[in-house]
Order: sequence, then structure tokens, then C-alpha cells
Amino acid sequence: MDFTVALAQIKPKLGCLDDNLALVEAAIEKGIAAGADLIVFPELALTGYFLKDLVPEVALRLDAPQIEKLKTLSKRISIAIGLVEVSSDFRFFNSALYLEEGEIRHVHRKVYLPTYGLFDEQRYMARGERFRAFDTRFGRVGMLICEDMWHLSAPYVLAMDGAMTLLCLSSSPGRGVSGTEGLGSAAAWQKLTATTAMFLNCRVFYCNRVGYEDGINFWGGSEAISPSGEVTARGAILEEDLVLAKVDGGALRRERIFSPMMRDENLAITVKELKRIDREKEY
Amino acid sequence: MGALTVNTALLRQILVGFVRDEVCKVGLRKGVLGLSGGIDSALVAYIAAEALGPENVYAYCMPYRTSNPESEAHARLVAESLGINFKVIEITGMVDAYFDLYPDASNMRRGNKMARERMTILYDHSAEVAGLVLGTSNKTELLLGYGTLHGDMASALNPIGDIYKSQVWELSEAMGVPHEVIEKKPSADLWAGQTDEQELGFTYRDADELLYRMVDQRMSREELIAAGFEAQFIDNVHRKVQGSHFKRRLPIIAKVSNRTIDRDFRYARDWGK
Repeated sequence: MDFTVALAQIKPKLGCLDDNLALVEAAIEKGIAAGADLIVFPELALTGYFLKDLVPEVALRLDAPQIEKLKTLSKRISIAIGLVEVSSDFRFFNSALYLEEGEIRHVHRKVYLPTYGLFDEQRYMARGERFRAFDTRFGRVGMLICEDMWHLSAPYVLAMDGAMTLLCLSSSPGRGVSGTEGLGSAAAWQKLTATTAMFLNCRVFYCNRVGYEDGINFWGGSEAISPSGEVTARGAILEEDLVLAKVDGGALRRERIFSPMMRDENLAITVKELKRIDREKEY
Repeated sequence: MGALTVNTALLRQILVGFVRDEVCKVGLRKGVLGLSGGIDSALVAYIAAEALGPENVYAYCMPYRTSNPESEAHARLVAESLGINFKVIEITGMVDAYFDLYPDASNMRRGNKMARERMTILYDHSAEVAGLVLGTSNKTELLLGYGTLHGDMASALNPIGDIYKSQVWELSEAMGVPHEVIEKKPSADLWAGQTDEQELGFTYRDADELLYRMVDQRMSREELIAAGFEAQFIDNVHRKVQGSHFKRRLPIIAKVSNRTIDRDFRYARDWGK
């Protein structure tokens, strides 16, 4: 099916749930007005990124009123959004929700929490334990949160689970200004999203935030990638934007006929070899 | 070498956005800075004027009686070419009043006092005009510790603290800082004829090439030697970086409670912004 996706490149305020929910609602209204069927927000869109000790204060239970509000909005447009989720046993997760037709269809808890360099996620958050694809009105979808995408196995597992669309919600800091045209981090991501789409014959919708937190910039540049690895829409660099991309449903079918890598992928061999490696590995 | 070349258009966009975003976030619209006549503060003035509008930038030139008159002339040149607010506040009276009590004080003490005197003036004016104090220390100076703690190293925001002196030169060219300012020898202007490079014992270009590899690329001492740097130079610079590290950290607090500020009471400065 053909549909329109909106990538909401917003600029959340650090630790201000109400303000950010207002930003999200405004973007949703704009997306609906522009005819979008699905809107994707960045990682931690409701809270901001460098939360540190704010994590428990901005965390939401899945039955929180803010999420109820998003559920209601999802009757008008499908929504993928990042927030801090608190479980009933008080673990805090960097989570992405997929809401559609008034319900939460899927919760992905970020598995790979970067804790190196300028990142400090595992100090404050618990790790997700699964990658699962799920059904939506646009077919089977998989969600990844930022660093998840840097682990080849993550999009691979989602694709093997049947996902034909990958949503990546991101808060990627801009760094690596050099003599080259773009930012180091942007160039790396652009390679990654295109290659992932091409390897897995999947659509990739990458939504990255903008703004500054303690002097760290988030570079935006959200993009929609076709299953052949081509960029069909890209957002502004370092500025708020609502990126609209028309998705040609037939392109995926054609790509999968043209390069049937997913068809030929041998899960049994992969599983067998992974099991062997696991057995032989010295832990 | 040339590893330090930067995409100036992108760097400019990030730094201008940084000043605009971080100033507006605290509910203000104005920036305050000391304009010495040197390139670092000139560049910050250019960034601030683009970010906030020239009418919202307040620059202060604060000469001492031994300061080179060319410094004030260059500061004025920068302010006039940008159309920012500009004021000259002489610090001779206040500094001399203090050293009348300590006539034997060394040049270093005098230089530090002047730098701190200027910073108290900037903070006072930041309250007067409701603006934030913009820092003007570059990455080379910060790493070498070539600055005065609570003096020129103090600020609310520093747009150029992550770019090396060589990159300051590059960006200044791109942003149109007057050539007189770009081309003159860097000097803290503490006494007649003083230059930074003479005092440091090496050039900023050489220091930058080394620091970039040592700090940004994390090359080992062996790798640096293999890349053509002299062992003595490497050790000298390394010693300066390590020895001045206290200047780059907040004061340390003796821990006694369960949640100590900055250790296990940790929030971003932009908390709620």
C-alpha cells in the first residue's frame, strides 16, 4: 500500500514532559494536515536526552495520562515515539512506543545503551532484552532506538522476523566537524541507514532530533530510505523540520523481486553457526 | 599535516546556533564579552552578533595603563565593523590601588589580577544589561592551561572552547574578522612586546598539530614520535595539559552525604530548559 510518513524533527526541552507533549501534539496536527498516515518522533522525544538523575522523574507508566492522550491521537494517525518507561518493578527503560487505532501496538525497549565517550545511558537505564517485529496497517514493522541500529544483528533479527519497514528513533549528537562537507556523525549515519535498507531490502525511516543540551548539538537530518537504499526525503541539518515522504508500496515488492536476498537468507545456517560460536566461545 | 582543517560553514552554523539556543534558553537575549583586540574575542563577537543580533551584544575593552594602544584600536575596529555596543573601561585605577599594598608582586600576580578584575567587570555588566558572559578561551589555551582561573577562563557559555587556535584562524577568515586582527601575533598584552608563542616556547600551529593527535585521536607517545614529533616537545606539552587539569574542573567537594553535587547528584546544566 502507498502511504505518507512524517518524520518529526523536534527540539524537546530537557526534562519538561508537558512542554514536549505540546510539541508532539503540534507536530501530529501538522502531520495530519499534511496528509501523513504515520508520524515518527525521535528517541526520548517526550523528555530530552541527557537526563541523568532526571530519569526517574520523567518516566511514565504505560497507563499514564500522557500516553492515553497519544493513544487517542493514534486513531487519526499512527505514531512512533520515544520516552522513558517505568516498569512495575521500577526499572527505567529508554523505550519506543508504536500506537495505532487507539492502542499501543508495540513497545521496544532500547537494547544497546551506549555508555562510553559522551554517553552515559546504562548508568541510568535498564536494558531491553528483545527485538520483535509487529504487525501494523502498513505491514510488518520493526523499531530500533539509535545505538541499536549500530549492531548489525538488531536490524537483521527484525528483518528475519518479517519486518519490511524499520523505524529508527534517534538522538544523535553532532560531532566530528572536519574538512569534509558534512558532520562526522551525520556521514556515518547516512552510510548506515542506506546500507541497512539495501542489505535487508527494507524501508528505513530514521528520525533524529535537533536542539542543544549543555552545548551538545543534535544534528537532525532525518531521512526516509527506500528498500534499494536511496534517500527519498531528508530533513534539514540542525533545524526543526517535519519531513514528509510518500512511500511507494510497490517499490518494496519490486526491490524484493530484483534482489531477493531476504528470500535466500538461510536462517537455519545462521542459527546453527551462532549456536556453535556460542558453544565454542570462551566466556 | 593539515588535520585541523574544518568545514567553516558547518562550524559557523553549529556555534551560532549554540549561542542563540543557550542564551535564549535561560530567558535572556543578550551576550556580554570582553573585547581585547585579539582574535579569540573578535571571533566570539562575530559569532554572538550573528546569533543574537549586533544590538544584543555588549563588548567591553578593559585596558591597563601598560596595554598596547593597538589592542584598543583593534577592539574598536571589530565593534564598529559589527555594529555591537562597545565601551572602554580602564582598569588601571582598581588594579594599581590593590598593588599599592603589594608593590613587590610578580608579573604573574599582576597579570592574574588584571584578568580577574576584567571578569568581575564583565559579570557586573552582565547583571546591568541582563546578558550572559561569553567565554573566549579556545581549546589550545584551555588544554595548555594558558589562562587565568576565574579570570579569562570564566564564562557562562564558551562557543570556541572546543576549537583549536588554528581553527580559530580559519573560522575568523570565513566570518570576516578584520585582517589586522587575524594576522597579528597572539599576545596576552601583559607587558610591552609580549607574545604568547614566545612565552610558551612553541608555536600554536605546532601545539595544535600535536594536541589534535594526542587528545582527539588518542595517539600514544610512540605513535606521536613515529609521526615526527620530538619526544621533548611531546613531554613538555603533555606536562602542561596534565599540570593544568585542575583549571578545567569545578572545585572538588568533600563527600560525606549520599548525594554529593556533581558526583551522584547529576543533572545537565540545561535541566528544564
